[in-house]
Amino acid sequence: ITEVCGAKRMGYFGPAQFYIALKLIAAAQSGFPVRIESIKNELPLPRFVALKNDTEVRYGTPAEFHGVKFQVPHATLEKNSYKRTDEGDKQEPKSPPMSPICSPPASPSTYQRIPLSYGYGKARSGLEHQHGAPYEVRHSTHQQDGPSSGNYGAKSAPTCSTTNRSLSVEREQQDSSTQYSDDPWRITEEQRDYYINQFRSLQPDLNAFISGSVAKNFFTKSKLPIPELSHIWELSDVDCDGALTLPEFCAAFHLVVARKNGYQLPETLPETLLPEYLQAACLKPMCDCALFDSYSEPLPSSQQARDFSRTEKSSAEEVPDNSALLQDGKKDDKQAPKVNTSLKTIPKEFQHLTVKAAAQEPNALRARPRSRSYSSTSIEDAMKKGEEPPTPPPRPQKSHSRASSLDLNKIFQQNTQAVRSGWLPPPPPALPPRPSVSQTEQPSEVELHPQMNRPPSQAEENSSAKKEVVLAQPPSKPARRKLRTEAQGLETPELSPTRNVTSSLPAVKPHLPVQKQPSKQKRAIQTAIRKNKEANAVLARLNSELQQQLKEVHKERIALETQLEQLRPVTVL
Amino acid sequence: QNYPLYIRSVPTENELKFHYTVHTSLDVVDEKISAMGKALVDQRELYLGLLYPTEDYKVYGYVTNSKVKFVMVVDSSNTALRDNEIRSMFRKLHNSYTDIMCNPFYNPGDRIHSRAFDTMVNSMMMQVC
Repeated sequence: ITEVCGAKRMGYFGPAQFYIALKLIAAAQSGFPVRIESIKNELPLPRFVALKNDTEVRYGTPAEFHGVKFQVPHATLEKNSYKRTDEGDKQEPKSPPMSPICSPPASPSTYQRIPLSYGYGKARSGLEHQHGAPYEVRHSTHQQDGPSSGNYGAKSAPTCSTTNRSLSVEREQQDSSTQYSDDPWRITEEQRDYYINQFRSLQPDLNAFISGSVAKNFFTKSKLPIPELSHIWELSDVDCDGALTLPEFCAAFHLVVARKNGYQLPETLPETLLPEYLQAACLKPMCDCALFDSYSEPLPSSQQARDFSRTEKSSAEEVPDNSALLQDGKKDDKQAPKVNTSLKTIPKEFQHLTVKAAAQEPNALRARPRSRSYSSTSIEDAMKKGEEPPTPPPRPQKSHSRASSLDLNKIFQQNTQAVRSGWLPPPPPALPPRPSVSQTEQPSEVELHPQMNRPPSQAEENSSAKKEVVLAQPPSKPARRKLRTEAQGLETPELSPTRNVTSSLPAVKPHLPVQKQPSKQKRAIQTAIRKNKEANAVLARLNSELQQQLKEVHKERIALETQLEQLRPVTVL
Repeated sequence: QNYPLYIRSVPTENELKFHYTVHTSLDVVDEKISAMGKALVDQRELYLGLLYPTEDYKVYGYVTNSKVKFVMVVDSSNTALRDNEIRSMFRKLHNSYTDIMCNPFYNPGDRIHSRAFDTMVNSMMMQVC
């Protein structure tokens, strides 16, 4: 097999070789002769005894590379290698065999049987083509996506795939969350959903913090000894602010779960649990939830997340294909960096998109150094969001009607291509208007939309997949989003990057939640009010601290003056 | 009062002597605190500087606004250590201490078991030695 796939010749397993080798293994296991032609057959997935494939849900954010070693090379390779057309070619032959396997849309079992195909496609949820992965390869293989909307190469389309994956995850059976593949520190999709639900129970706003005492009570319920909880806190509270943001909370919860299952706590936070890593990841599940919720009840927070992902996606889309692709391909693990980088590369016009992303990263913003690691535009955007409140109300109706015209179901069920086409109709809500366009909502949005469709394959796919996810959200969301994006687009040019991020964060938050159509505006206003109140609280706290410092300085001064007085008569004498 | 929250020495022989030195230097710290000001927690200097030099080593002190004292004993022969380096070390200690404080599972007054804190202290000491 090694020889056939060319690894011997090359001396190492490149991505193409790896895939071919896997295919050949599957062929060999099914009794086919080991030849290059064999990979063209329809093959079941190769079975690797060591992998706990069947029990694990490999979805999760694209950034997550489940511990399967095979997948890791997939992931790493995919990022860069997918770009190469030759890779794509190799994938072509592979994909057809995969597609039948992947076809059943809600096929949890299929998904699980394809641990190796993880690189190829993640869960198919019949959602968007998702695989809109920026890579052209994906594009060519989108046929597979059709039936299953498989997401190939999570890496390539991190946001998209995560969304799809998470969606599929949600549909498919969920194995016990405590199972990991090889890496116990990866959070699977269902785990993340569970953590997010827990977060919601403690703190309804997904972008806010859980205070230390609340978290302490919550984690104490897990009956772990206090020193261990203390250590878990230390590991997960990366910015050391005494509060847990959503990714921090997910990490902490994950560590608690791991500990309860017998895993020893690490000395340092594993990479997959870093907030940056989880930030993007967390958003996706939220997006997914949002997608489902769209049918039921959108939650503001999830909507926020979705919007965020949407913005990310849309922003990613709009970024020139290569840059977006490159960034996406950069790291499998860190979606956040990817998103951020892609956001960074986004031209100014898309800043409004990043605004949304920024909104999603309130925590990141809190820790200023970390927030800087994110695209600076996100901070700006966060700030811009703060200025949004006045604008939203009038918009929703307009977009609302448009949103309602969206055929969400269609979006969900169509395969990639269909998705893409279906994606087109609801342009305005999903696409934030270009700043240049600014005022005109629809035109700008429409503009964006066609533009998004323009980039041929990868970027488009990627972005469209992302956008679809976004679009798939309930109609109310698009309307709301539209407002937001428009407002943001307007705001974008004005904001100055260096500002008090923390103060802007709370301001940002109000805009994030998306509401249902009927009470959209009211809820938006309420959340905006809430966010403003939070911002006020933060500022008030800051103020009081500064006041205290001022008082101390005063006291010192007084002390010095009295000393001086005491000394003076002495010198006189 | 004035019980140690955290104590660490490198190298580990004569550890008891260092413990004793630290304990006695607490008196000096207290004296400096009280001398500085009737006006309580004014922004007096947190860094107390050289508490007293003995023949073998120097003792530096630092106190936080919440009356938590940091005492550092360094070898006198280590002349490379300048004042601002000591200050920066104290600042790092203070920052780590506040990070510990942020942990809701930490009760002020408990001994410090934080691994992050340990790591930081160890790295600092390695740096000096």
